[in-house]
Amino acid sequence: MFVERVKGALRLSAVSSQARALGLAPGLTLADARARIPDLAVAEHDPVADGLFLERIADDCDRWTPLVALDGNDGLVLDITGCGHLFGGEAMMRRRVVEHLQRHGVALQAAVAGTPEAASTLARYGKGGVVPPGREAECVAPLPISALNLPEETVTGLSRAGLKTIGDLAARPGTPLAARFGVSLLTRLRRTQGFEDVRIVPRRPLPACIAERRFAEPIGRAEDVEGALRRLIEDLGLMLEARGEGGRAFEASFFRTDGTVRRLTVETARPSRDSASLGRLFEEKLEALADPLDPGFGFDLIRLAVLRAETLTPAQVSLDGRALEEEEVAALVDRLVARLGRERVLRFMLRDTHDPDRAVRLVPAADPVPPSSPVPDDRLPRPLMMFDPPQPIEALAEVPDGPPLRFRWRRVVHEVAHAEGPERIAPEWWRQATGIPTRDYFRVENREGRRFWLFRAGLYGQETTAPHWFLHGLFA
Amino acid sequence: MRATHDVSALRQMLAGLEAVRLPSASSAFTLGAKGPDEVLAETLARGALHEIYAAEGGDMPAASGFALALALRALNGQGEARPLVWVRQDFLDSETGRPDARGVSGFGLDPARLILVRVRDPEQALRAAGDAVRCAALGAVLLEWWGEPKVLDLTATRRLALRASVSGVSFFLLRRAARASPSVAVTRWLVRPMLSTPLAADAPGAPAFVVTLLRHRAGVQSHIWNLEWDHESCSFRDIPPLSRPVVSVPAGKSAGPTAEPSTAALRRAG
Repeated sequence: MFVERVKGALRLSAVSSQARALGLAPGLTLADARARIPDLAVAEHDPVADGLFLERIADDCDRWTPLVALDGNDGLVLDITGCGHLFGGEAMMRRRVVEHLQRHGVALQAAVAGTPEAASTLARYGKGGVVPPGREAECVAPLPISALNLPEETVTGLSRAGLKTIGDLAARPGTPLAARFGVSLLTRLRRTQGFEDVRIVPRRPLPACIAERRFAEPIGRAEDVEGALRRLIEDLGLMLEARGEGGRAFEASFFRTDGTVRRLTVETARPSRDSASLGRLFEEKLEALADPLDPGFGFDLIRLAVLRAETLTPAQVSLDGRALEEEEVAALVDRLVARLGRERVLRFMLRDTHDPDRAVRLVPAADPVPPSSPVPDDRLPRPLMMFDPPQPIEALAEVPDGPPLRFRWRRVVHEVAHAEGPERIAPEWWRQATGIPTRDYFRVENREGRRFWLFRAGLYGQETTAPHWFLHGLFA
Repeated sequence: MRATHDVSALRQMLAGLEAVRLPSASSAFTLGAKGPDEVLAETLARGALHEIYAAEGGDMPAASGFALALALRALNGQGEARPLVWVRQDFLDSETGRPDARGVSGFGLDPARLILVRVRDPEQALRAAGDAVRCAALGAVLLEWWGEPKVLDLTATRRLALRASVSGVSFFLLRRAARASPSVAVTRWLVRPMLSTPLAADAPGAPAFVVTLLRHRAGVQSHIWNLEWDHESCSFRDIPPLSRPVVSVPAGKSAGPTAEPSTAALRRAG
């Protein structure tokens, strides 16, 4: 049994079936419960762990349908529209779901109905089971008003009016009820009775298409898993070809017999359905895993889903092979991304600004090329290597804005032989807060021929009396 | 009869196109400057491994610039704008900064053609570079390497060189703070910055290097050249010894192409 602190008192938040049999119920204070039954086994309620456990069950429920949503903090809604026949009808499917979860030690009640609200209400307050189509209203009628999941004051108001069950409520004319308790009550009622159907919002995005393989005997050997994955990739390739599409993001889900689900995602720079290259990407991904794919007692279902698909027409190979080359480079980028991660394979994007901190951005090379803004063509030399953030240095320079004569960087003193500047770059006042000093940039060369890009932060005598110097970059 | 004739004609045409596409490992590139080109005489191979050493930490930008310039020279004859892959480890960002798009474009390379691959450790760097060099659609691969990690042994360089020769992609290995170790590189260069020829108003001029050819597999003698990079024409220029600025040549630094190779600096580092 679990306890939870409510308004300063320890109250029971969940009780086991034995405790329920002894007359304990959630909401009772712990002191009262102890007075009745002195040797209680009590643990503190951990909602976060509960949530994680529910998430895990929800992950596992993906094996029945891709449309799974959380219902409150202790329920799940599965949209099984069109799935029932795959598991031998709705009643059979319900039994299999219940048996599967009970094997993992989950106590549950399940109901199948025409709308998510009706099913949820029946599972929580009724006996569960399968509602024949169109008879939701009958089935929910004997349930108490509180099953409608309404605000506290509405329930109190309704029961004061003598309306105890959903059936009582449904028998009243709707307009006065709406005037007294709001339209949401009627909406809720209609949905629970199955007159109005709203689809659930699945917790995971709906894949464009999926291929899956169920195993009568769980498989655990790495070669078997890879073989199964390869066959799935081929199946999916055929499916995508029939649709004239290619996938940009693929997800392989490995369902373990003990209910744990492991997912791997692979992304490609351009739509693809080539089984060889996709197979290689998944191999890279499997190899790069920090914690290897642990089969436990084996996987009994492997699913491959296309998360994002785009139109892919069979390419006409141009004779000069240019398109082919681009294809090869994209394949290389995909391979590197699969192994190293998106944020490690980069390309430059230039921005239309004079602020050296913002002028260049590194973006993942796997992303589509964004329309780059026109770049100021000022032809002023910029260093090959840049420091982010700029490195503080000590410099000796003429006031107010002469170039440095000598500076010290990383404990080495550099004598300046040639210098060019200042190139004055003011902060973008429309973007940043005030107080950021103007920068005077100098291109300097020391006596050994090393070239540096330095700046002085702040105008001498106007913005500061003791300006700081920084090194921002190194020229080749 | 006519049909077979057409097919064979098409085949010939395709074979011709294939030949254009498949790079020949034997193709050579030049530096564009008279001095080195006369000595090297078409022996700088594309699709091969070249090593560029920086003697000291402070020489790294110069070595990077020289490596980039070499890569551009190697790309030059190939006409189309093939991308270039630059593999570097994360910690280098704090040591020497990270490559900047505008600096790269100032060198003559369109930054859109550069793919930057950041890796955590030497093993990953070697693997990423090994993958990249197999991709024949690339122009060149630049691998920046710090110190002497064990993974870069003779076998590893041989593998890289082999892949480069198969794909025809030139491979430039940029090494810093390292002793010269045995490798199968075709050429090995030591690069140091040089005081540039100042522009008007005493501004620093075009990037200038003291470049030492330490080793060449074709048996070319060790040489020192003073070179300047011209990004407009994408080629090197000789710096005649007399036009050098009169200011301060520090003691121990080479003053012209006749000086002895400075291997002392190489030994000192590492």
